[in-house]
Amino acid sequence: MWKAVRTGAAVMAAAVLAVTVAGCGADEPTAGADEKATLSYAVWDKNQVPVMEELAAAFTEDHPNITVEVQLTPWADYWTKLRAAVTGGAAPDVFWMNGPNVQLYADNGVIMPLADKVAEAKLDLGVYPKALVDLYTFEGKIYGLPKDFDTVGVWYNKELFDAAGVKHPAAGWTWDDFKAAAAKLSNPAKGQYAVGANIAGQEYFYNTIYQAGGNVISADGKKSGYDDPATIEGLRFWTDLIKNKQSPDLKTMTDTHPIQLFESGKLAMYWGGSWNVTEFGNNEYTKTRVDAAPLPTGVKQATIIHGLANVVSAKTKYPAQAWEFVKFLGSKPAAEILGKKGPIPAYTGTQDAWLAANAKFNGKVFLDAVSYAVPYPVSRNTAAWNDEEFKQLTKAYTGEVPVEQAAKELATQMNALLAKE
Amino acid sequence: MVMTEEGIAADRAAVPAPAPGGRARRPRRWTAEAGWAYLLIAPTGLGLAVFYLWPVLQTGYFSFTEWGPFGGHEWVGLDNYRALAADTEVRQALVNTLLFALLGLLGIPLAIVFAALLNRPKLRGVSVYRALFFIPVVTMPVAVAMVWRWLYNGDFGLVNQFLSVFGVEGPHWIADPATALYALVAVCIWAGLGYNIVVFLAGLQAIPREFYEAAEIDGAGPVAQFRRVTLPLLSPSIFFVSVLSVIGSLQLFDLVYVMAGSGQAARSNPAMPRIQTVVGLFYDKAFYTNDRGYAAAIVMALLVLIVVFTAIQFRLQKRWVHYG
Repeated sequence: MWKAVRTGAAVMAAAVLAVTVAGCGADEPTAGADEKATLSYAVWDKNQVPVMEELAAAFTEDHPNITVEVQLTPWADYWTKLRAAVTGGAAPDVFWMNGPNVQLYADNGVIMPLADKVAEAKLDLGVYPKALVDLYTFEGKIYGLPKDFDTVGVWYNKELFDAAGVKHPAAGWTWDDFKAAAAKLSNPAKGQYAVGANIAGQEYFYNTIYQAGGNVISADGKKSGYDDPATIEGLRFWTDLIKNKQSPDLKTMTDTHPIQLFESGKLAMYWGGSWNVTEFGNNEYTKTRVDAAPLPTGVKQATIIHGLANVVSAKTKYPAQAWEFVKFLGSKPAAEILGKKGPIPAYTGTQDAWLAANAKFNGKVFLDAVSYAVPYPVSRNTAAWNDEEFKQLTKAYTGEVPVEQAAKELATQMNALLAKE
Repeated sequence: MVMTEEGIAADRAAVPAPAPGGRARRPRRWTAEAGWAYLLIAPTGLGLAVFYLWPVLQTGYFSFTEWGPFGGHEWVGLDNYRALAADTEVRQALVNTLLFALLGLLGIPLAIVFAALLNRPKLRGVSVYRALFFIPVVTMPVAVAMVWRWLYNGDFGLVNQFLSVFGVEGPHWIADPATALYALVAVCIWAGLGYNIVVFLAGLQAIPREFYEAAEIDGAGPVAQFRRVTLPLLSPSIFFVSVLSVIGSLQLFDLVYVMAGSGQAARSNPAMPRIQTVVGLFYDKAFYTNDRGYAAAIVMALLVLIVVFTAIQFRLQKRWVHYG
């Protein structure tokens, strides 16, 4: 039925356009790209729907024959629904993609490789952070044009730092500085902790693993890095914090998420991303009390970078038009629209709008981090070993098994899963 | 549970009632009428076949395949079942699920007691009580789970606030491996209580007052009346509720899914290995780690388990269930 509705809408749109568009000049570069079409564009963030619709409208202004329908599916159901849609042959023409899923979709031929089209249009991929281009490159071919990016930093509570007489974190601070500050900022008897050592890769242990000189997965995506001693040091960073009662234990964080603890003044620091600007900017408590700082440097400086990309369904009825739309979304004018109301646009040099829109905080921290950022670790079936990470690391974080043992077991399990890919 | 006049007359001679036999007497005739009957149940039957039976058969087939994340499957024979037999995670989930089922049965005596109290003839405001007990049944399980999650919160929950009045420091109920399962069972029992009470109330009200009068004349006190009259005549309801309760517990998913923690918090919940149910594991494999063939094998095993347990219950009922 959905298909019928879509076809119906397309027919109607075509009819309307046929009447109104008669006098428009054909200035489209790609042959076939100006044929009448209605594209479906699937996204998962409700907050970004208005800006996505604005982008769609801007695109239609340039390409009057192509209309874009923005379809929202909330995050919780997005991937389940998308998989069902792909299986049933009703995938959206253009949709949002993330790092953990891109290889799965590329490997199964669900999304269209864009390498040839990029070459044909002479697009310069150097305008996007390299880590993001790498993230969406599978077997040497690019599959999506980066839309936005996010990096990780330390959000800290200025009030609690001042009360404990600890210097605010700033560029150049190290693991030792962090640990010294953590000791002073904790008071477990009062339920007061330095940071919440959550089992979350992107914001927490992936960062420290790379800062310690370790890795989560080898560059070719075939081997787990969890048995590397440096990787284990990156994990020990967190298990030590729990052991020293500078972080609440997992039980507490299961009941109350660290972000809630941070927003009620129970945590002095919260490792989070550039995406937190909205949350912390709107929250009454954090609005005036918190700010962002770069992550501390371990053996080296590192932060995880991740970002979304726009991809084209391999089965779309309008490949030329869909590419035209994705190309537009990856362009500078689109990035400028996005930066004002959305996340950090991926297009280098268009981030000032984002900084201006979030001037309350030291947002530059997240932009500067790009220079030392590491791509979010992924493989073909990322979700399978993500699940294993939770299982094994939970045991290490509760102290049930030593962190070395948990990490080695995780490496064994992860290698077995990678071998199956 | 429906009592006919003849049934009562027959039972009066001996309480508890004699073995069932009433059903076989009805002769099979009127084929035209049967035709109409089939025609009338056809829509439901068709729906059942298309939306339940066919998917079950398909799932059975898929359990012998490796199923890609975007459809497309490959026959792998018994591989999934071999992996299943060796999987300690599955074994643990099975133990958890059986514990849920077993402990969940504790809700039955509780429901009988409440039903008996609500059935007292002189009780005022019965309908108010009934409504109160029934509210959790008609409330969305997710809403129920969310509220209990707050109640059970180790640091800020009402349960622990209450305990602290007596100087007791309560645990993190749903994050502590020692308490999580029991905390969840308590919610399951609480949530199902209202439904069970209604079934038992109906059962109780179908027991004629004359039995109690006769028992009283014979010198039976309230306890003896309950044991000799109420329980035997309530046994069909007890049987019905226990079958449903066991099946429901074996299929437990939503409460655990929501209460164990939202999203990633559930995955790092230290108590997760102790509360992961078979259906929860199925969901994880099918929708999280993209291992759908294996997930199909898990639910097929669960199907067999449910059939076996229900068959055992039907077997055992002959020994203790009395149909009036």
